[in-house]
Amino acid sequence: MTNIIESKLKTDEMVLNMGPQHPSTHGVLRVELKLDGEKIVKADSHLGYLHRCFEKHCEAMTYPQIIPYVDRMDYLAAMSNELGYVLAVEKLLKIEIPERVEYIRVIMAEFQRIASHLVALGTFGLDTGAFTPFLYTFRDREKILTLFELTCGARLLYNYIWVGGVSHDLHPDFIRLAKEFIEYFRPKVVELNELLTYNKIFIERTANIGVLPPELAINYGVSGPSLRGSGVKWDIRREDPYSIYDMFEFDIPVGEGLAGTTGDCWDRYYVRILEMEQSLRILEQALDQIPEGDVSAAVPKRVKPIDGISYARVENPKGELGYFIISKGGLQPFRVKVRPPSFVNLSVFSEIAKGHMVADVVAILGSLDIVLGEIDR
Amino acid sequence: MNQVFDLPNFLLILLYAVVPLLFIIPFALMAVFFERKISAWIQNRIGPNRTGYWGLLQTTADILKLMQKEDIVASGADKKLFLLAPMLVFMGSYAAYAALPFSSIYIGTNINLGVLYMVAISGFVVAGIIFAGWASDNKYSIMGSMRSASQLISYEIPTLFVIISIFAVTQELNLKDISEMQTANILNWGIFGYAGLGFKRILLIPALFVLMIILFISTLAETNRTPFDLPEAESELVAGFHTEYSGMKFALFFLSEYANMFAVSALVASLFLGGYQSPFGYLGDLLNLPWLVPLEQVFWFLLKGLLLVGVQMWMRWSLPRLRIDQLMKVCWKYLIPIGFVCFIYITIIMYV
Repeated sequence: MTNIIESKLKTDEMVLNMGPQHPSTHGVLRVELKLDGEKIVKADSHLGYLHRCFEKHCEAMTYPQIIPYVDRMDYLAAMSNELGYVLAVEKLLKIEIPERVEYIRVIMAEFQRIASHLVALGTFGLDTGAFTPFLYTFRDREKILTLFELTCGARLLYNYIWVGGVSHDLHPDFIRLAKEFIEYFRPKVVELNELLTYNKIFIERTANIGVLPPELAINYGVSGPSLRGSGVKWDIRREDPYSIYDMFEFDIPVGEGLAGTTGDCWDRYYVRILEMEQSLRILEQALDQIPEGDVSAAVPKRVKPIDGISYARVENPKGELGYFIISKGGLQPFRVKVRPPSFVNLSVFSEIAKGHMVADVVAILGSLDIVLGEIDR
Repeated sequence: MNQVFDLPNFLLILLYAVVPLLFIIPFALMAVFFERKISAWIQNRIGPNRTGYWGLLQTTADILKLMQKEDIVASGADKKLFLLAPMLVFMGSYAAYAALPFSSIYIGTNINLGVLYMVAISGFVVAGIIFAGWASDNKYSIMGSMRSASQLISYEIPTLFVIISIFAVTQELNLKDISEMQTANILNWGIFGYAGLGFKRILLIPALFVLMIILFISTLAETNRTPFDLPEAESELVAGFHTEYSGMKFALFFLSEYANMFAVSALVASLFLGGYQSPFGYLGDLLNLPWLVPLEQVFWFLLKGLLLVGVQMWMRWSLPRLRIDQLMKVCWKYLIPIGFVCFIYITIIMYV
């Protein structure tokens, strides 16, 4: 069939610039698509529309001043970004952190993971044309943001986790409200599954689409849920435990190809659903075990590390986030380099988008869950 | 003065032509409003509630805003076609109302091929959409219009299978006569095998039920509603064929979409759900007030049409969207073979 069409009808390829202003490139990403009808021959992503010179700015600021800027990288997971940065600075300073602070940080990071995954799942539904799940996930995310607001007054960009501590202690009601949320949220995941995950049309749209084989994923350095969707059991929280993650019990869900091939869009989506459940497990343990203590006891008056380098990596909702800091002994870092998960995950996009249709580009981008604030920095 | 121009007759024709318009515009206003309210209820929101009581004037305000907007024509656009396209689209959906029997005494033009006329006149919508996509000089628009054309043309085939099956059963293509056959008794409706067919009806019911589902699905596709809203898939094609349109031209596309929604729902209702017939007799007959009967019929007709429009909205806000190849698969691999089997089955029952 295709041969007849190709030999008789000579058609030109069309170049379609998707973005930087486009509803579903998740920000200001420009994807240059070379199309043969609706089929993709080549897909290139072009970045830089949101570049803010974060790394260069860091060299002119003191260590604590950088924290608010870190928030603005992956603005859907600001807490997790702060955690990574603070861990890197604390490695340079070699200070002991009170246990209560460690617990609070883990609680915040896990809540942030759920919030970030909710956005990822909702917008993924939006990308495939289902409008309603998006508002359902945002309704639940709102409750997490309210918890954050209760803790530190901010809803999106917190400046909460500080070097050596956190800015405020937990609100007296926090633990009760957090437990109420966990109870409230479990049935909502089931609801989302019924509405979207097992929807026949949704499965048709996402299963066997954008298959990312494990070898390819590892070669490109893909991390986070996108890597685990391909069936690779790799989670920094387990492989290289930071903070107090080695104290909690949780599973690492991986994609099994339940709807199609292992590593397709549906698997990447489903891993996020399962991860939310694991985050709830960690939260339950942390909320039960959290000790009393002073959260600002170890906050240094002046952050002035000695000469040295440090690298800290954390498991962000999007993947492995690493900070490489060089200190020359001043109040400002000599160099800060970020290894952003979204940037690395996006690099595999043009590889797996080939041969699919225009509608699949949107699905693949949505399943990789990129945030442009982090890609461009 | 000769008899070529007959003023009273002309005025009557004008009246018949204007009545659907008087229905379409308020209907579209209300439908848009209820679409937003229904989506809000489904999505755990409140919906428009500021303009007028309970937000009822929201769409009126929106239309006023659209009328005031600057009329932008893209510099690379083919101006004549660009202007013609929304008119053609609206004409297609407006003209379809001519064959809709609102009641036993009001039908725009009582032509014998009413059903076929409705399908044929909807073809104008395709032409308008292609014009819009081509004239816009925009890649998203042209992709949207190409999708739309292939979709509408494909889904006309299962629609026609349903129509010839109905023809085999009722021997009628006139919507009014088909409605008359389904008497004011729910058990005589198309979906339960029309009146006056005796025991054959029981054998026909399963096939007719399947045909109604096929017709409903293909009308969803023909009106570009979810899950078949690929021509205007906002997450892929921005706004599809009407990306470049703004102001009143956009409003015409919008109006015609909602007009179309009711037209196809009314078609489904006329063929299968008794048309303007009441499910259980008329109050007018009971009270011996003959003038009340047509009014009741209008009520039932609108109610059935609006209920189906409600189902369309309900589906739109719950389902994801199909991909273009899957859309074609649904049509060519499922709807057409099943429709064909139903047609053969019905002809065997009716004529053997």
